[in-house]
Amino acid sequence: MNKYLERLYNGIIKENPTLVLMLGMCPTLAVTTSGSNGLGMGLSTTAVLVMSNLMISALRKIIPDKVRMPAFIVIVASFVTIVDLLIQGFLPALNDSLGIYIPLIVVNCIILGRAEAYASKNPVGVSIFDGIGMGLGFTAALTILGTIRELIGAGTVFGYQVMPDAYEPFSIFIMAPGAFFVLAILTGIQNRLKLKSATNGDAKEESTLACGGKCDECVGGVCAANRSLLAIDADDKKASQGENIASRLKAFPEGTDKGDASDKSKGGDRA
Amino acid sequence: MSTIKELILLFVGAAFVNNVVLSQFLGICPFLGVSKKTNTALGMGTAVIFVVTASSAVASLLHNYVLVPAGLAYMDTIVFIAVIAALVQLVEMILKKFIPALYKALGVYLPLITTNCCVLGVALINVSKEYDLGRSVVNAFGTSAGFCVAIVLLAGVRERIEGNEIPHTMKGSPILLVTAGLMAIAFCGFAGLI
Repeated sequence: MNKYLERLYNGIIKENPTLVLMLGMCPTLAVTTSGSNGLGMGLSTTAVLVMSNLMISALRKIIPDKVRMPAFIVIVASFVTIVDLLIQGFLPALNDSLGIYIPLIVVNCIILGRAEAYASKNPVGVSIFDGIGMGLGFTAALTILGTIRELIGAGTVFGYQVMPDAYEPFSIFIMAPGAFFVLAILTGIQNRLKLKSATNGDAKEESTLACGGKCDECVGGVCAANRSLLAIDADDKKASQGENIASRLKAFPEGTDKGDASDKSKGGDRA
Repeated sequence: MSTIKELILLFVGAAFVNNVVLSQFLGICPFLGVSKKTNTALGMGTAVIFVVTASSAVASLLHNYVLVPAGLAYMDTIVFIAVIAALVQLVEMILKKFIPALYKALGVYLPLITTNCCVLGVALINVSKEYDLGRSVVNAFGTSAGFCVAIVLLAGVRERIEGNEIPHTMKGSPILLVTAGLMAIAFCGFAGLI
């Protein structure tokens, strides 16, 4: 398959960011109250993703490795600001319904994840197509979720009445709890059919990390720091007696005194 | 007197009526990820209270006294995310140096908070509602207290669920999402409070 088409297929089907990788849950749950909201959010995110992939890929040899995360965040935040101002200017209705979630695209882990995992390592052309593929995958998932919720919760699809008049809408589905229920059913179906999904893999037990410590499935680079913490976490558990800890702390330049080390081991017990 | 009443209403509204995770969906990742045990959930919740309150105060000061007078209000998002990233580092260093006990309790959670969208979310909500410094801090404290309550409650439920027999289809995240949904329904009950 053509390498550009392969990126599109990968983003939309094989590694769909919402349904397979379970990234970017906040906008997924928050804005899918209707099909058109989901579509609007998905396309805004796609625009930011394509532009940031383009820019980061073009600058990949210039940005020093040590400051790459802050550099990526600034690039993403700039494009988000541009998209935010464009939506405010030209699509006021969409701006009213998405509100604060447009500037929050900055902290959407899909964008930083693709920047770190793909755009910072690959040439401009394929990076753009990777952005388009991932963005369209996200858009498709959000639109589907939004349409299901709108259909059950209001009896309409993209604002058009499709259910018969006798249908009494379950308005809870367009309220907050509905988002959790629809996603629960969707992941339940994935479980049932044993489809590949981040939720099917067994999360490493006892992880205290925000992402759940599912590093096997994770493609995002946001968690590079988390991964090192996870290693420390695992060490802590192994060394609940407190022997490993002292030697590990010696490897670090700071915090090497013995008292600190023994205290840390108590912390390890807790974790 | 009326100011105090207003601030209390703001706090209750932010903590319960518009609960940050269960009705606004900010900070879902840590809510679902770090809620396996009540004590780790409490650690995460405390760290979030700390960082959200501090970053909202700084963001509010910057917005009201630097960005708006300079006509740069459109730079909010970029400035806030930079401030939050820097502040988390700073808080980590200060705690490590001066309050090691607190650092030990919160240490693991602090770096994870930079990518928690409720930090940036609260700062942006404060700006969009044009809160002054006092209201921003009260709103931020209320919001993060709401996060803490929600995550600790979810962790409590999850500890109970652990021993139950769940059908294979619902194991893992489906049952977790259903639990969160039921909690969201319960929190809808607070809507009549104010």
